[in-house]
Amino acid sequence: MANLESNFIGIKSPNPFWLASAPPTDKKVNVERAYEAGWGGVVWKTLGSEGPPVVNVNGPRYGAIWGADRRLLGLNNIELITDRPLEVNLQEIKEVKRKWRDRALIISLMVPCDEESWKDILKRIEDTEADGVELNFGCPHGMAERGMGSAVGQVPEYIEMVTRWVKQYSRMPCIVKLTPNITDIRKPAEAAKRGGADAVSLINTINSITSVDLDDFAPEPTIDGKGTHGGYCGPAVKPIALNMVAEIARSRETTGIPISGIGGVTTWRDAAEFMALGAGNVQVCTAAMTYGFKVVQEMISGLSDYMDRKGFTDTSELVGRAVPNVTDWQFLNLNYVTKAHISQDDCIKCGRCYIACEDTSHQAIAMGADRTFTVKDEECVACNLCVNVCPVENCITMVQLPKGQVDPRTGATVGDYANWTQHPNNPSVRAAE
Amino acid sequence: MSNSQLTPGIVPARLPAASYEANFADHEPPLDRHEAQVAADRCYFCHDAPCMTACPTSIDIPLFIRQIATGTPDAAAKTILSQNIMGGMCARVCPTETLCEEVCVREVAEGKPVEIGRLQRYATDTLMAKGVHPFTRAAATGKRVAVVGAGPSGLACAHRLAMKGHEVTVFERRPKAGGLNEYGIATYKSTNDFAAREVDWLLKIGGITVKTGVTLGKDVALADLLADYDAVFLGIGLAGVNALRAAGEDLAGVENAVDFIAGLRQAGDRSTVAVGRDVVVIGGGMTAVDAAVQSKLLGAENVTIVYRRGKEKMSASGYEQEHATQTGVRIIYGAAPVKVTGGARAEAVQFAYTEDSPDGLKLLDEGFTLKADQVFKAIGQTLAGVPEGLTVAAGKLPRHPAPKLWCGGDCAEGGEDLTVTAVAEGRDAAEEIHAALTGAAG
Repeated sequence: MANLESNFIGIKSPNPFWLASAPPTDKKVNVERAYEAGWGGVVWKTLGSEGPPVVNVNGPRYGAIWGADRRLLGLNNIELITDRPLEVNLQEIKEVKRKWRDRALIISLMVPCDEESWKDILKRIEDTEADGVELNFGCPHGMAERGMGSAVGQVPEYIEMVTRWVKQYSRMPCIVKLTPNITDIRKPAEAAKRGGADAVSLINTINSITSVDLDDFAPEPTIDGKGTHGGYCGPAVKPIALNMVAEIARSRETTGIPISGIGGVTTWRDAAEFMALGAGNVQVCTAAMTYGFKVVQEMISGLSDYMDRKGFTDTSELVGRAVPNVTDWQFLNLNYVTKAHISQDDCIKCGRCYIACEDTSHQAIAMGADRTFTVKDEECVACNLCVNVCPVENCITMVQLPKGQVDPRTGATVGDYANWTQHPNNPSVRAAE
Repeated sequence: MSNSQLTPGIVPARLPAASYEANFADHEPPLDRHEAQVAADRCYFCHDAPCMTACPTSIDIPLFIRQIATGTPDAAAKTILSQNIMGGMCARVCPTETLCEEVCVREVAEGKPVEIGRLQRYATDTLMAKGVHPFTRAAATGKRVAVVGAGPSGLACAHRLAMKGHEVTVFERRPKAGGLNEYGIATYKSTNDFAAREVDWLLKIGGITVKTGVTLGKDVALADLLADYDAVFLGIGLAGVNALRAAGEDLAGVENAVDFIAGLRQAGDRSTVAVGRDVVVIGGGMTAVDAAVQSKLLGAENVTIVYRRGKEKMSASGYEQEHATQTGVRIIYGAAPVKVTGGARAEAVQFAYTEDSPDGLKLLDEGFTLKADQVFKAIGQTLAGVPEGLTVAAGKLPRHPAPKLWCGGDCAEGGEDLTVTAVAEGRDAAEEIHAALTGAAG
């Protein structure tokens, strides 16, 4: 069985699965239950400044979207940072860390954007023996209206400034948690790096309205007839998160900065994908909130089996392995020619490939009288839509035309690698000639 | 003294009173909202869907299932009912396993089709529970049409004609409208008086007058109808029953399965329906299965269906056969009755094994005898009471035998003898009548 031990910016944990700062990590009782279930680490729910704690709404805090059989696909929340007194949290963190020395325990922080506030909170958490801090620059609701959370995360200069203060007043490893509610995720990551951050974590939740009540005409979740945008998370956000992680992992300015991957991790496979795109570990919340802490056991066995299959003995062999293959569109091989192929043995004759292609794509699938569906190579642009809409896995596959063969659609012979930067239709290429 | 399963002869009340309700409860309970959504989600929304092609009434099945999945069962019901006004009954009695569900791509792929029949019931039940009738009549045309037979074909024809603005009078020989839906369907397939409720709901369209207790050829003549009305539709079903053509057929205890089924349907208290201790049902169709299963449910000790050909030839579907055997009915294939024996009453039936040869079915010397105090004949119904002057070919009437006259349902040629086929034929005849009366195409 592969060794899943993880060393993330010097913070050791028995596996790379951490619980993200969120409702599941708000109290000693939850965190201990998580450790008992097998979680490698926990980022304690965000602490605020000393003083009267924040208050939460007393109506619904979560909204959701569902797939078949009410499978929860996306969750949104309008909960704020911890609403328990700072002292209680600090005491519990200390107790838990002393009892669970082999597990990672990170404290998430969010205080007003001034040097004194940060200096003060860092001092207060010093003797908890926590392994590190995570700066919550991501929370997009409520606290952002008060100039914290994503309001900081959306201004790279603030990120850099606060990160500098944290590194100045604390010896703890510092992770900067980024908001996806921004145009270019590389900018805040660069700012964190300039400020001296040891790592970034992403993504925090996405501004969202999950649905609208069509009788009350109010957004969900609805509080007394009104609603506000919440932070969206869960399986639905994973593709957005993967891209943002990859962008940071491959950007020249941020390459090498450790990344804690967050966003819809539900299974071992999701975790492995984040890690392959450069995440040193992953943080999980919605999967635990949907199914309970036990889900980590599948993640542990699944990742371990996968690593055994691949012959990886350490998670570091997986981390970043897919990064070199993330590139710009302009570098994609335009001489890579494929054609859809429908396996008649596997086809169940639903016709979805046909109607999708006929109505919305390239009219490249023929329907025979006996509902036999075949690809017209002379029309197929290999868009993959038929593969995506086919309900049978691997029934439709993309088959590569070998070099030297003529593409019946274009009449061109398949040649060597050539991309847009070399293509005759590219005006810049002509300009250079 | 009370009867039990072991009481000899044909007697009522073989079971404790409480058993009847359970035995005759909904054969397949309705889906609740969540179950329906989960079941609907399995539909792939196929292009040119095979299920739709297989449906004799061509219901747009992928569309109505999608309407259920998106939380609009009333819209789903309207999709169903606009093609098949008896979509509620068809959802209960259609042999979906040999129609839409047989060709469902998920049946082909996984052996587990989308539950089209149960979803159809969910949609139609949801709408009908609101007492809403979703169709309105077109402006009155002043044309009058007579429909003979208030079964599925006649009512479907009447409804479509009424919707087009014609005035319809329906003549029915029995005391209630509904035809086989009312008299011929197994009790557990149409619970809570569904057939009658569906007729009442259907008639809400307006413009339809139903006259019951009127028999064609006795109380009213076809010639008079043709003279008095602008058009006539005959949906008279198959009122005759095939004979056993075996000695002893006249003995007491030898009965028509259809009469037994009708009697049970009309009985308010099922414990009053008499059934034998040893019941033998002869035949291989749905009527045979319905009679046999219900005999068992009434408390008969031994119930045996004997069918003269092999399992694969049996017209009751595999699903129906399985349902029978699960209820405790024994099915013997490849044997034909030679003689019903007994004194005043039937006591046993002698059978000979058969051989299906190219020259036809041959009786072998080898045979067996089954104890039987009640014998049900379920070897098919025949056309009876055909008005003079109409040509009968292969036991069926033509669909459009004369000017102003149309036929449909079990009495007419084309399609299988199913409720859904009857509805399609009645509906299509109405469209043809409408076109003929108004000169409108289609």
